[in-house]
Amino acid sequence: MALRLASRRMLAPQVFRRSMATTIEHSKGEPISTAAEALSASRPPVPASKTSTVEESKPDPDAKMKTFQIYRWNPDNPTEKPKMQSYKLDLNKTGPMMLDALIRIKNEIDPTLTFRRSCREGICGSCAMNIDGVNTLACLCRIPTESSKDSRIYPLPHTYVVKDLVPDLTQFYKQYKSIKPYLQRDTPPPDGRENRQSKAERLKLDGLYECILCACCSTSCPSYWWNSEEYLGPAVLLQSYRWIADSRDERTLQRKDALNNSMSLYRCHTILNCSRTCPKGLNPALAIAEIKKSMAFT
Amino acid sequence: MPRLSGLQKDVLSLYRQCLRACRTKPIHSRAKFESFTRQEFEKTRKMDKKDFGAVEFMLRKGHRQLEVFAEKNVTSIAG
Repeated sequence: MALRLASRRMLAPQVFRRSMATTIEHSKGEPISTAAEALSASRPPVPASKTSTVEESKPDPDAKMKTFQIYRWNPDNPTEKPKMQSYKLDLNKTGPMMLDALIRIKNEIDPTLTFRRSCREGICGSCAMNIDGVNTLACLCRIPTESSKDSRIYPLPHTYVVKDLVPDLTQFYKQYKSIKPYLQRDTPPPDGRENRQSKAERLKLDGLYECILCACCSTSCPSYWWNSEEYLGPAVLLQSYRWIADSRDERTLQRKDALNNSMSLYRCHTILNCSRTCPKGLNPALAIAEIKKSMAFT
Repeated sequence: MPRLSGLQKDVLSLYRQCLRACRTKPIHSRAKFESFTRQEFEKTRKMDKKDFGAVEFMLRKGHRQLEVFAEKNVTSIAG
C-alpha cells in the first residue's frame, strides 16, 4: 500500500492533479465555493462587479497586470454583507505563488486583508484556502500566467469565517483530538529504551505521516459539508489510519471500535474529492478504504 | 407577548445561560459580570431581526465568549 501511495505522488505532479479537480466548473455558472460560502456565512458575497477595484500606485508601461478577486468579510460589522474585492497586481513585481500575491496586496495595497500564513513552503498548512475553485495551499499554488482571467480566492468552503480568508477550524481540531492522535501503549519496550519498528512496518506509515492537517480535503468533501458534526472527514480519518497502521500502537482494536458506527467512518461514499484536492499529494480516500477493509475482515 | 422565532428563542436562551453563569461567580464581582452581559447584548440590540446571518454570527460569538468567561478561574471582569 505504501508503495502505491508513493508512486502516485511521483506520477501525478501538481499540474495534473489541479486540472482533475471536479470542483472547478466555471462554465457551469458559479464555482462550488460561491455556493459553499453562501451557506457558511448564510449569504452570498457581493460580486466583484459591484465593489471597487484597488490598483497598484504606478503601473509600468509593460506591466503584466492580473486581477485577484478576494473574499472580504469583517466580523466587526456583522450586518455588512461579505463582498468580493478586486486587486490589480503587476505580475512582474510579484513572486510566482498565490501567497506572494496575497502578501504583496497586504504589504503594499490593503493592510486590512487578513489571511493565515507561516512557512511559505507547504509544511505548516496555514494558508489553506479556495483558489479558483480548488482547495489548496496558497504557498504551493502558482499564479496562472495567462493574466487575462481573474483569480478568485475564497476561504475554505463550509467553514465559519473568522475574517476574510481565515476559517474557523475549531470543529476540525476537536475531531482530530477525538481520535487520540498519539502512541498508546501499555507495555514498555522490551529493551527498555525505544519502541522499535522494522523497515516494512515503517513503510506502512509513508503517505500518512506527511499530512499537515491543512483541512483542504475535509472541506472539499460534500459528505463532510452535510455531516461535519458527526462524520470525521478525510483528514482526520487519514490520521486515524496512521495510528491504526502503526505497529507500535497497542490500542488498534479500541481505535477501530470507536469508528464502528454509521457516522464516523461510513459517511465516506468514495467521492474522492479529498485525494484530488490534497496539496501534499496524499491519498486520504485510500486510507479510508484501508480502514473499511480492515473493519470488514475482523 | 408575540410568538418568538426560533432564532429569537436561541438569543434569549443564550442570555439566560449567561446570567446563570454569572451566578456561579464570586459575590463581589457578580454585578460586574451581569452588567457586562447586559452591555454585550445591548451593543447589538438594534440589529435587524431578519438579518439571520448576522444574528447567527453574533450567537456563535456569544457562545464562544460565554465558554471563556464561564471558566472557573475567571473570577472578575473589568468594565
